[in-house]
Formats: sequence, C-alpha cells, structure tokens
Amino acid sequence: MDIGVVELSRLQFAMTALYHFLFVPLTLGLSIIVAIMETVYVMTDRPIWRQMTKFWGTLFGINFVLGVATGITMEFQFGMNWSYYSHYVGDIFGAPLAVEGLMAFFLEATFVGLFFFGWDRLSKRAHLIVAWLVAIGSNFSALWILIANGWMQNPVGAAFNPLTMRMEMTSFFDVVFNEVAQAKFVHTVSAGYVTASVFVLGVSAWYLLKGRHIELARRSIAVAASFGLASALSVVVLGDESGYSVTLSQKMKLAAIEGMWETQPAPASFTLLGLPDQQARETHYAIHVPYVMGLIGTRSLTREIPGIADLVKQAEARIRSGIVAYNALMDYRANKGKVAPDVATTFEEHSKDLGFALLLKRYVDDPRQATDAQIAQAANDTVPTVWPLFWAFRIMVALGFSFIALMVWFFWMSSFRNMRFPRVALRLAVILIPAPWIAAELGWFVAEFGRQPWTVDGVLPTALSASTLSVTDLAITLAGFVLFYSVLFVIEMGLMVKYIRKGPYIDVPETDRWQSIHRDRLTAPSPFGQQPAE
Amino acid sequence: MILFELVPFEILRVVWWVLLGVLLTGFALTDGFDLGVGALLPFVAKTDTERRVAINTIGPVWEGNQVWFILGGGAIFAAWPPLYAVSFSGFYLAMFAVLAALILRPVGFKYRSKRDSAAWRNGWDWALFVGGAVPALIFGVAMGNVLQGVPFRFNDDLKIFYDGTFFGLLNPFALLTGVVSVAMLITHGAAWLQLKAEGPVRDRARAIGSIAALVTIVTYVLAGLWLAKGIGGYALVGQIVNNGPSNPTFSETARTASWFGAFAERPWIAVAPIVGLLGSLLAFYGLRTGKDLMTMLYSKLAIIGIISSVGLTMFPFILPSSIDTRSSLTVWNASSSHQTLFVMLVAAVIFVPIILAYTAWVYKVLWGKVTEADINRNHETVY
Repeated sequence: MDIGVVELSRLQFAMTALYHFLFVPLTLGLSIIVAIMETVYVMTDRPIWRQMTKFWGTLFGINFVLGVATGITMEFQFGMNWSYYSHYVGDIFGAPLAVEGLMAFFLEATFVGLFFFGWDRLSKRAHLIVAWLVAIGSNFSALWILIANGWMQNPVGAAFNPLTMRMEMTSFFDVVFNEVAQAKFVHTVSAGYVTASVFVLGVSAWYLLKGRHIELARRSIAVAASFGLASALSVVVLGDESGYSVTLSQKMKLAAIEGMWETQPAPASFTLLGLPDQQARETHYAIHVPYVMGLIGTRSLTREIPGIADLVKQAEARIRSGIVAYNALMDYRANKGKVAPDVATTFEEHSKDLGFALLLKRYVDDPRQATDAQIAQAANDTVPTVWPLFWAFRIMVALGFSFIALMVWFFWMSSFRNMRFPRVALRLAVILIPAPWIAAELGWFVAEFGRQPWTVDGVLPTALSASTLSVTDLAITLAGFVLFYSVLFVIEMGLMVKYIRKGPYIDVPETDRWQSIHRDRLTAPSPFGQQPAE
Repeated sequence: MILFELVPFEILRVVWWVLLGVLLTGFALTDGFDLGVGALLPFVAKTDTERRVAINTIGPVWEGNQVWFILGGGAIFAAWPPLYAVSFSGFYLAMFAVLAALILRPVGFKYRSKRDSAAWRNGWDWALFVGGAVPALIFGVAMGNVLQGVPFRFNDDLKIFYDGTFFGLLNPFALLTGVVSVAMLITHGAAWLQLKAEGPVRDRARAIGSIAALVTIVTYVLAGLWLAKGIGGYALVGQIVNNGPSNPTFSETARTASWFGAFAERPWIAVAPIVGLLGSLLAFYGLRTGKDLMTMLYSKLAIIGIISSVGLTMFPFILPSSIDTRSSLTVWNASSSHQTLFVMLVAAVIFVPIILAYTAWVYKVLWGKVTEADINRNHETVY
C-alpha cells in the first residue's frame, strides 16, 4: 500500500468533510428556527413573523444548497477513495446511509422546493407543515449519518465473516442504538442549533447597530437567544463524553485529549492546560484540577481511567491475539471455508482482535512473520498525536462555554430588560458569528483524528482502507476540489453578505392590535435612535 | 434473530437486483428530465425570462429528483458493497466529473438569479448545461463499458485493482451508448418542457426533442447490432451457487461469443427493447403533435425499456471483469449479507410508498404551466 495515496486520500477526505460541515450545522439549526418563526406566524397571524420566516428562509436556502451539493461528495468518496473500506464494512456502514436517503433526504429535498415555491399554492397550515418537514428531514439525516459514524467509533452489532473477507451485520438494532452514535447525534445537532442561533443573533445585532429592520431584529434575537440557550446547555451537558468509555480507541482518544500518559488513581484530575510531549510521554507545565476528569469520564469516584501507557500494553496483547486469528483466517482461505472445527473455534475466539493484526501490515505483508519490535511499533501506532487533540478539545470546550454565557446574557436582556442591549454587546455578538463553526470543525477533528490509526475502531486500520489509486489521480481530484470548492465558497459568502445587507424584501409593521397592547413599550425612547428612512 | 431467514437469500438477491434497476430507472425518470432540461437550456431559451421559465419548470422538483441518484448510491453501497467499491474507485476520474457536474447544477439553480448581471447569469446557464449534459453522457458511457467488461481484479484479500485508464473508458462503443443516453434524456427533458412551458420555449423544445427521439432510436438500434455482433458476453460456468457467501473469487466465469445468448434462454426479455423503441417512437409522435401529458408517459416508457434491456440481457452479471473473469460481479456473489438485505428490504417497503405518496402530492400542488407572467410577478423569489 502506497502511503502517499493513503495520506492524500486522508487529506482529501478531511478537507471535503470539513468543508461540507461549514454548511450542515447552519442547515440543522436554521431549518428549525425558520419553522419556529413560521409557527408563531400561523398561531398569531402577525405579518412580521411571515416576513421573518421568508427572510431567514432565503439565507437558509443559500446555505442549504451547498450543504446538499457537498454532501454528494461525501457519499461518493467512500467508494472512490476508500474502496477497501467500502468492501470491508459496506455490509454495515452502507445501511444507515441508504436509510438516510429513504427517510431523510427525500423528505427534506422534496419539501424544500415547496417551501420556497409553495407560498401562493398552499394554505398557511399546509405551508407550516412543509417547513417542519424540511426541518425534520434535515435532522433525521444527521441521525443516520451519525449512526454510521458512531459505528466507526464503536463497531457493535457486527462480526467478521472469513468466507467473504469482510465485516457483516449481526444486529441492526445494536447498530442503530449504539450508545456512541446516540451521544454523537445529540451533541452534533445541538451544536448545529447553537451555530444557527449565534448566526441569527449576530446578524440581528448587526441590524440593530445599523438601526435597520429593528422589529425583525428584536424578534429574531428573542427566538435565537431562547433556542440558543437551551441548545448551548445541551451541547455541553449532553456532550460527547458519555461515549468515551466504550472502546479501546475511544479510551485512547480520551487519554490523548487529556494528555494522560499514565493511569492515575481514581478519581483522576483534569489537566486544564499544559504542553503535551509525545516523545517523553509527559505533559509539561500542567495545571491540574483534582477529581474533575474522573467525574466527567466515569461518572464515579472509584472507576479508573486508563492512561496511554496501559492502553498501549492492551493493544500489544490484542495484536498477538489478532495474529492467531489471522493464522486461522489463512486456513479458511486455503480451504475455501472448509476447515477443521478447532480452527473455527480458534478463529471465533480471536476474531475480535483480527483488526489489530492488520496494523502490522504497514510493516510486514504477513502479520504472522512480524518480529517483536514490529509488534511493539504497531502497538505504539495506536497512540494518536496528542498535542493537536489536547488543544483542539480545549478550544472547543472554551468556545462552548462562551456560547452559554452569550445566550444567557441575551436571553436575560430580552426577557427582563426590554432588549436594551449596549452597543458593545451587539458588536460582540457580530464578532462571534464565526465562533460556532470553529468549535464544530474542531469537534470533528477531535473525533476523527483521535480515532487514528483506525478508520473503524479496532477493525480496520486507515492504512489499509484506501483504494489502489495513483498519486496522479489523487493530485488531479485534490487540485480540482481545492479550486472548485474555493470558488463556490467565495460565491456563497458573496451571496450571503449581499442578502444580509439587503435585508428583508419589505419591512412590515406590527398589527394594530399588537401595537395597542404594547403602546407603553413603544412610546419609551428607543436605545437605537430613529430608524433611518429607506 | 432468525426473522430474516423467512426470505431465502437468493430471493433477496434477486429482489435487490430488481430494486437496483428500479432506483436507477427512477433516477432517469425523475432527475432525467432535469438533466435534459439543463442540456437543452441554452438552445430552447434565448432571453433571460425564457431561461427563467425553463429553469423554473424544474425549480421546485429537481432537488427531490436528485435524491433518486443519492439513494441509488446509498443502496448500491448497502446492498452491493463490492459493486460500489469497484465502480466508484475504478471509474475514478469519470466519477469526479459526475460529482463536479452534480455540484455545479444545484448551485446553478439556486444562485443564477440572485444577481442581476448578464455575465453572471449567462455563466450559470452554461454551468447548468454542463451539469445536465455531462452526467447524462457519462452514465451512458459507463453502461457501454459495463457491457464490454471492466478491467479490474480482486486479490485474495478482496482488495481491488483497476488496470484501465480514464481515456480507455471513452472507446467507440461506449461513446455510442453515451449518445443513446444523452438523446434519451434530452427527449425526456423536451417532453417535460412541452408539458410545463409555453410559447417559444415549448416550441423549440418540441423541435429539438423530436430530433433527439429519432437519434435515440437510431443509436439504440446501432448499439444493439454492435452488441450482438461485435462484443463478447460472459457466462457463469460450473455449479452455480446462488445462496452462498458473497465472494466473487469463489465462482467461475467464462467468455461467450455474445450477450445475445440471453435472448435465446429467456425470449420474454425481448419485451424490454421493444418497449424502449416503441416508447421513443411514440415520444417522437407526441412531440410532433404536441400531446403534453401523453408524451411524458411515452418518454418514460422509452427510458424504462432501454435501461431494463441492459440489465435483463446481462443477468445474472452486474459488473463483468475483462482482465480476470473470476473477479466478475454477479447477483449471486456481490451482495450484502442475508441479514442486511432483509433489513434494507424492510426499510424500502416502509419508506418507498411514503416517498411516492408525498412526491405525487408535491407534483399535484405544483401542477400547471410556468409562464413568463409568473416569472415577472415573482421575480424576487423564483429561480
């Protein structure tokens, strides 16, 4: 296997996946925010809510289309660049992708057209249902893709079949109700809701700073702050942590995130900051907070969290067990499946470690010929590079807490202080618009880079997963993607900015009834000054 | 979990082979007219408003239609993993071209009318042309290559090696099948524009579409004759195990003189090419005489006939290998496991009727022609 091809394939996957995820979180959250606004419109019949629905709907549309278009790349890429992966785990991994198409893509894609084109053709209620179907479709899609991704982190409900040389599904139920997948789903969609809330909040704050579209902006802030507060809490409280105790590589990921080289007595302390040193297996200048890690990681005071050194020892044992499985597998192959019962028994006992033997394929064609040094080397390969994980995780968490603070403050000011936001707070809200994207991309980096050297934890090493392509093939597509995606990004950002600057098509006044009820508030002096005539 | 054993493995395999055909045909029937309209766009519509009429006939529906393709990809991944792995990595650069076209297309629809500049809009119109014509051509070229066999092989680990090149795909027979595909989908797009547009757009679509229908007939017959006389087929030899493990290297395959042996074995499959030709002929007649709704049905018949004729002729082969016959993928050796096929079938049985129901409802809501007056009235909101 050409390592250049593997590395370029990884680069391409990382690039296209991170690019795809520039659009997904906004789709997830904005679809719901738009549906909430339309719900208020249908319930109260106040035209301003219809105007809000249409305005945010336009921005949703500009973003949505690139999310869909770049999603096709993701589906193609498994087969194009990772054909051995596709063969090896397609029996399990393909199913959630197909169900995603059946259950989610059709729903969102069929109704999104009607959302934009159906205003004059549908009753108010029917159009509202369409808006919710788009939102539900988008969120279902996240569910199924995270079931697929969760399986890569924690491959339950499957077993290796020596006759077909691949993993096969043993329980669809286990695949769907995989605890890692469920945790990831809640965490990811909540992050999407936060992204959209920060976006709506920031854009509305900009309107208030400019003294434009004040009615629309204030109501949008009210929606964004309440929805955003609930979501920001959910991201952190129902964070990804719950899944880290499950598998070896998940444990390794946790240890790497924490820079925890040795097992500590329970409950372990949390390393707030420090400089992890991979060579020395030590974190320099570490600032520890006692007990916190043990509590978060195990939800107990007594259970230990294993450190990196212990996990490497476990990996080495599993490599040796995997070699036994590999030996039996060769027997299956030589005899086209007709093997003695004791070989079958041996294979069954050790097949869960087969993937660990495959780690040796980087160093030797036949894992049975591996030397002790090569086995130690392969065991050491199960440690991901620590410092990027350590820092990416800390920045993500810090941003997560900053979103809670932002949302709490805006929620408080909206609910109890009559929306008298100081200009500095509005400016901060504008500046923070890109922050949730940074947090989300870092989150994916931690999840995927932290799983290395595996594509499927403990089952299939990344180095074996790629297609047998040439470096030239990859250079062509990589250059194509960089060029094509950059142009699309510039176009998309240009349109987003254009439509935000333009604002809603026309400003709509509140209803007379609403104005008469809220006369007191309206007669108080506005902190934003007069709205300029347009 | 023994539930899945209620349906025998070999039956599930045939069912999923049929469903594979249904998905690909479903894609051609729905997104096919979107591709056709894209390919026709610069030629049937000259002014900006005319182009917006043409684009907005498919504006609200192309997105849902395209899911047939995405679902097709997902279903191949789930039900035929080796097929997915071999075809997507083997046709690497061709797939990349399809991908680029399919990304360009949605963006073109959505962004074209968001700025007033003529250069901006004209640029996107050509992007939409590429986004329609290129996938239509490549899908046809791929079919032509599948019929000839594709240069791939498996090693003992079932790792895939592909010995062909991108330009090797563009051989004369494959280009001919590519033309069949483009002509067929342009006919379909023209039938759609006849149904949904008015005035000059509709007239030009009818004129070009009727020519395309004739081209479909001529090239399809030519490709059929070439296939009968000049291209070798494949056959399984030895004992055929149809419920065994999905390992292509376990079965034996030999070359035959022609795929047309299938018509001797299963004469009833001749109905497929007949339907294809008859449908194209009727589509020609419908476009000539301006029968809005019926032409759409005729054109659908043509597509169903032409696509299914390929699958039925090749059965049980899905993707034969030209360099290592024992690596050839068939219905019996390239599927998912028994359990996965069953689970996926349950999902399909539940969701496909629901999808068809709400898709039909959406088309009903959007029923009626798109006029220039509609575009001018809603110029801020439509594509």
